[in-house]
Order: sequence, then C-alpha cells, then structure tokens
Amino acid sequence: MDLGPHGAFIVAAYATAAFVVLGLIAWVLADHVAQRRLLADLEARGVTRRSKSEAA
Amino acid sequence: MALIDLANPTRFLALTARALPWLGAATAIAFAIGLYLVWAVAPDDYQQGATVKIMFIHVPNAWLAMGVWSVMSIASIGTLVWRHPLADVAAKSAAPLGAAFTFLALLTGSLWGRPMWGTYWVWDARLTSVLVLFLMYLGVIALWRTVDDPARAGRAAAILTLVGAINLPIIKFSVDWWNTLHQPASVLRVGGPAIHPSILTPLLIMAFAFGLLSVTLHLAAMRNEILRRRVRAMWLMQAHAAQGA
Repeated sequence: MDLGPHGAFIVAAYATAAFVVLGLIAWVLADHVAQRRLLADLEARGVTRRSKSEAA
Repeated sequence: MALIDLANPTRFLALTARALPWLGAATAIAFAIGLYLVWAVAPDDYQQGATVKIMFIHVPNAWLAMGVWSVMSIASIGTLVWRHPLADVAAKSAAPLGAAFTFLALLTGSLWGRPMWGTYWVWDARLTSVLVLFLMYLGVIALWRTVDDPARAGRAAAILTLVGAINLPIIKFSVDWWNTLHQPASVLRVGGPAIHPSILTPLLIMAFAFGLLSVTLHLAAMRNEILRRRVRAMWLMQAHAAQGA
C-alpha cells in the first residue's frame, strides 16, 4: 500500500492511537483485577460491608 | 427494571457484568468494519492524498473529547443537585478517558497539520481551546487525587467541571468566531456534511466504534470505582473496629 510522501505521519498517528487505546483497556482491566483482589482479601479477613452485614 | 433502579450501585454492577462482554464484542466488530473501510475501501483525498486517513481517528477523538466533558457535566449536575454517589462515580471515571481522547485529538491533529499546514502547532482559537480542555481534564483528575474524601472531591470536581463546560461552545464555534488555520466544521454543520459519502461513511463508522469504546470503557471504569469505594469503606470500618477494640 502506497501511503505517499507523508506515510510516516499516517503510521505515527495510527500507532499512537492504538497504543493509547490498548493502554486504556489494559489500565481498566488491571484496575478491575486489583480492586477484586483487595475486596477478596478484606472479606477473607472477615471484614464485611455495613449493608451486607445489616442484610444478614 | 425502571431506569432509576440503575442508580443503585449493586444493580449497576449486575447490569455492567451482563452488558460489558456484549459491548466489548460490538466495539471490536465496529472497529474491524471501520478500519477495513478506511484502509481497503475509502479513496485518498484529491488534495491531501493518503494523509486524509488521519482524519478517521482525529475527528472521532475530537468529538469524544467534547462528548466526555458533556457527560461529566451532566453527571456533575447529578452530584450537586441530587448528591447521588453514582453521579460522582460517573464523572470521576470519565475524566481519564476524556483526557486520553483529547490527547489523541491533539496529537493526531498535529501529525495531520505538519504535512498539510506546514506546522505541528499554531496558537489559533480551535487548537488552543482544545489544549485548554486537555489541561482542564488534567486539573479535574488532579483534584480527585488531592482530596481524600470522595464526596468532598466530587462536589469540588463537579463545580470545576461545570465551569469548564463554558469551553465547549468556544471549541465548537471557535472556527466561526475567529480566523483560524483549522478548517470550519465539515460534518456537523448547517446544510449537512460537506464530505463525499465514500469518505463520510467510514468516518461515521469509526466515530461509532470510538463511541462504543468510550461507553464500554466508561462502564468498566465506573464498575472499578464502585469497587474501590467499597474497599475504602471496608478499610475505614476495619480501622474503626480496631480503634474500638
């Protein structure tokens, strides 16, 4: 595919966009895993949320 | 289920658990179709050549830069008027996404500007007002990180967000109000789009794909923020229990 004389600008734009979008996805997924792990750790130590303990 | 039920964090978590896989798949499909049209179907521009391909990521990100701040502004009204914690969560979770989309709009615009205008940057009204938007995103993120109590941080960030919303019409109409190197609107304008359908269709599909990505990531980030607040509440309970013992 011929991108013409400004091909490097086109490739740089798409590469940066891919990097940022994949970075956002990775950040959201990693944050989810971290929060789930913290919650599981607290629950394993017997700490429960007020609404949960009130419901029980 | 009534719409108001979704404002319950537990119900919101259940809904996102069901919706996110479908939204993720729809986003991937939309990007696959959009990128195929961009790279295999859409013609080069008669003046810009292949450089027009940068438009297919620049324009959706520019729209999202403003769209995400609009969402944050609506959520901020929810925070200040109804003091609903999910409104806080929505605003806080959206800020990093908006900052990323604004960064991409600025960067791809710069990479498009160099070959077309002969410069990466010029202090015209459109570029400068979008740079201000980016700095405001960073300011809101910093504010959230500075104040420890989420409720207090939420109210302060909501006020800053609503003040910052003044910048949105300035960005939109900057190309009409002032002489700018940036071109006037060519899609969202009175009289309809000024772009040929062979280029407009891939652009709208890429905008749809980025929009879906934004919704998907926002819901996922909101889910994370709800969990983070639960962790914080449990830490506080544990600390109170330890003090009482």
